[in-house]
Amino acid sequence: MNLLLPIVTGVLYAAGIYMLLRRSFVKLIIGFTLLGNGVNLLIFLMGRLAKGKPPLIPDYADVIPGLYADPVPQALILTAIVISFGLQSFAIILIKRVYAIANTDDLDEINTTDDYA
Amino acid sequence: MNTLILRTATKYLLPLLLLFSVFILLRGHYLPGGGFVGGLVASIVFVLHALAFGAEATKKLLGLHPGYLIPIGLALALLSAMMPLIYGKALMQGLWYDQPVLIIGSLGTAIFFDIGVFLVVIGVVLTIILTLIELQKE
Amino acid sequence: MKYFGQSAFFISSIEYEDNWHIFARMTAAVLAGFIFALLMPIMRRVSLGRFAILNSLLPLSLFVWFASFLFSGLEGNLSSHLEWAFGASLSFKLDGLSLIFALLITGIGALVFAYSASYMKGNPYLDRFYAYLSMFMAAMLGVVLSANALTLFIFWELTSISSFFLIGFKNKDEASRKSALVALAVTGFGGLALLAAMLLMGAVTGTYSIEAMLLQPDVFASSPYTTLILVLIFIAAFTKSAQFPFHFWLPGAMKAPTPVSTYLHSATMVKAGIYLLFRFSPVFTDLALWSNTLMTVGCITMVFGAIHSLFRTDLKSILAYTTISALGTLTFLIGIGTREAIIAALVFVVVHALYKAAMFLIAGIIDHHTNTREVTLLGGLRNAMPLVAVAAFVAALSGAGIPITFGFIGKDLVYEATLHQGNMSLWLTIIALVTNILVGVAGFIAAIKPFAGRLPDALNGTKAPGPVLWFAPILLAILSLILGISPGLMDHTLLIPSLDALAINTDGVYLKMWHGINTVFWLSMVTIAGTVLIYLTAKPYKYLSGIPAKLNMLAPQTIALAMVGSFAQIATAWNKAFQSGHLRYYVLISIITILAIAAAVHLPGFHWHFDWSMIRSVAVYEWVLVVILIASVLFTVFTDSRLAAVASMGVIGYAICLIFVIYGAPDLAITQFTIDTLTVILFILVLYKLPKYLKLTRTRSKLRDGAISIVFGTLITAVVLDVLSLDRPVYISSFYADNAYLLAKGKNVVNVILVDFRGIDTFMEIVVLAVSAIGVFGLLKLKVKRHDV
Repeated sequence: MNLLLPIVTGVLYAAGIYMLLRRSFVKLIIGFTLLGNGVNLLIFLMGRLAKGKPPLIPDYADVIPGLYADPVPQALILTAIVISFGLQSFAIILIKRVYAIANTDDLDEINTTDDYA
Repeated sequence: MNTLILRTATKYLLPLLLLFSVFILLRGHYLPGGGFVGGLVASIVFVLHALAFGAEATKKLLGLHPGYLIPIGLALALLSAMMPLIYGKALMQGLWYDQPVLIIGSLGTAIFFDIGVFLVVIGVVLTIILTLIELQKE
Repeated sequence: MKYFGQSAFFISSIEYEDNWHIFARMTAAVLAGFIFALLMPIMRRVSLGRFAILNSLLPLSLFVWFASFLFSGLEGNLSSHLEWAFGASLSFKLDGLSLIFALLITGIGALVFAYSASYMKGNPYLDRFYAYLSMFMAAMLGVVLSANALTLFIFWELTSISSFFLIGFKNKDEASRKSALVALAVTGFGGLALLAAMLLMGAVTGTYSIEAMLLQPDVFASSPYTTLILVLIFIAAFTKSAQFPFHFWLPGAMKAPTPVSTYLHSATMVKAGIYLLFRFSPVFTDLALWSNTLMTVGCITMVFGAIHSLFRTDLKSILAYTTISALGTLTFLIGIGTREAIIAALVFVVVHALYKAAMFLIAGIIDHHTNTREVTLLGGLRNAMPLVAVAAFVAALSGAGIPITFGFIGKDLVYEATLHQGNMSLWLTIIALVTNILVGVAGFIAAIKPFAGRLPDALNGTKAPGPVLWFAPILLAILSLILGISPGLMDHTLLIPSLDALAINTDGVYLKMWHGINTVFWLSMVTIAGTVLIYLTAKPYKYLSGIPAKLNMLAPQTIALAMVGSFAQIATAWNKAFQSGHLRYYVLISIITILAIAAAVHLPGFHWHFDWSMIRSVAVYEWVLVVILIASVLFTVFTDSRLAAVASMGVIGYAICLIFVIYGAPDLAITQFTIDTLTVILFILVLYKLPKYLKLTRTRSKLRDGAISIVFGTLITAVVLDVLSLDRPVYISSFYADNAYLLAKGKNVVNVILVDFRGIDTFMEIVVLAVSAIGVFGLLKLKVKRHDV
């Protein structure tokens, strides 16, 4: 699996970038979400991987005996997931508002502020 | 989505799931869980309720606009972070009650900080989604 | 009542002498101008009204204070010091050299302040004008009084800035604004060089005190940085003092009102560079680079300026080029660096300030009363303005070095210096002779021609100027005559203290008018005869005036402006290429750049860390998971339905959630699961009502984007594989894991990190969340409809 996760990360990045390069606002935000997943996975892989060994201290001990998954990337990703939710919801609502006003999803038609000031 | 099954299921699941979210929150210091996760679970419960009964009903159930939970949660987190200052310790340094408490284990400022996070997460998610559902109805 | 308060303020700056500590007095002397400038908005009515002339009380009182040192001497504690930070300190020192400049700054300043009251009468922005002028005066005093290298730099830049405002004073005129910008660009560039020079000198000598720097000539003689320091000081001094090839901003600066040209661009500011060279000459004068550069550049500048002045027909242009020539002479003299040369330079500073200021003021009067500065159109004004004509005559004589004016003394000293230079004295003397003759002729054209000859019909009925206007040139002419007849007045008051300040032996230094019949005398006679002869016979401006246009092709100014122009063109082209206003092109450019850098760094010696033998250890459920994940990614990208895309995004999220489960991250798994659910709900709530995707892009750009995305994804995979093959340190994680229970009484390490070890970070994160909720709430409640737009 250690071999496959880098490939999955690469696929998520490629798909995310591809969607960012589209003209549709909705696709842009989908790309954003995909890229966010890719980034989370990337950070996760940068830490030490340990299958089925969560960083929990057992009842009988004061420190974790043996190998355990790296807790630092986990803490980073946990907040990243929650914050990216905040960001995504802002972006999604922005689509809604832009669509209500500009009546289009095409980024090329809404790249000037002058018409919708 | 305004179906009878959903309504009935929600009615019975709601208290159970809420209890579960509080449980996740409180045990977070020892087992998987904590403020973020608990808050998200609780939010999903309320979102489910809102989808079944409408945003107004959920607000009535909450007793206040979910937006108010955000400042309350932030204040709680901030206070628990500053508590140690009163005792001459560093900001965010943990203060712990000596005796073990049921379920939670030992009681300390970190728990209150986590509760603050819990409230903020509920407040944020519900503010976003309830407002959206309200507008959807218009 | 208002002006009364104002004058009380000036007087108090004199009274400091008795009551206050020396520091307060020196600081007040420098800062008075800044405070005055700040008070201008309050005193607007005074400076605009009939009492505008009272503004000159500020420089006048400072002049009186500085002049008191002429007789009381400069012995003792005329330095002050206030330590600040980083080696910069507010410290001032008044020695002979500073005193000469301070007297010029405040003296000419007083005359210009008064003259402006009449010259600029009726200008609605006169208050602003006086504010800039007094700001400049204070900055200039700061330059010549600073005892600290860093404060010297700050005041130096302030003079550039006030000069910018004054050149561009007629800010509705495009040419004025452009000239102001050119001047600021050139002098500002020099200012940066000065800062670099001062920092280097500070690093080399270990002090920012100028006095202490000057005590360490041996350090500079041996330091490897000395060449660099010298080059930087040259750039600073040459840009400020309009030396070739940086001279071109000065003629442009003539767009400023004439009082400004008089004050900044002739008498004082342009001499800041000269002051800098004077100030540091004691440590550098023995270095070949110093003397060779200064002599070469000075020679080129003085000849260049002198020749150019003859091609001009505009009064102020003629004066600008003769000023450039005079500044070249000063640089040249400092470059020679002998005692005779330094004496000549010091005296010439005063000589030039006196006659050139007078000429500028007279040019201003002519311009003001006839509305023209074209020398070919002017003549016969002696009857209309006799007093001005007398002053102009004296100034022209002084400029040409004819006895009994002070200019004669100055010219003699210059020849004295060139004759005693040593191995090149013959050539230098010839160059000086030619320059003097040409400058003399130019002075005659500018100051005598408008008054001589027949009065053109167009100038009939020219009114006589009022006393406020003619007073200043007359006073300058009288001073020029007094000093010309008894130059000895300068010996003990200015000259010897200045030489002391420059560590030059003062034995037997005295100035006198009559040296007997010697080489210098004959040189003077040749100069005078040549000047008069050329003026009377040749009229260079008549047939040479077309030449400047031809020369402009090669002028440094043209080259500099062309460079500025091409910068603008490059910037425009750059913007067109990279600032398209389309988000996807920004993304594309960023991605390609990253790829290019990564390729350049990693492609040579690239090794693909993919261990195929490990592939057998992948379990079946893992294969299934990865295949589902990749399949849903592809489906998300290629589906035509938005809802399908959103649904498959949900699948991606749950798959990642499972990866977290497998790799021992239960907290992440729950978070990912709940967030994924919420995101899908959110998307569906919003997208529900939006129409289908439109087909917006052509197949070709899809292929291009696809290729770039795949390459980028491959890069990420390669990087991750590369990192995974390394041995990564885990001590941070170990610290948290080992101390989670012992220090923070928690057993879920991830949660302990979040709420305890990194609690402040978490707090910031929930603040960010709160902000996003407020943003969303605002966006949703905002009632903007299409018809409102």
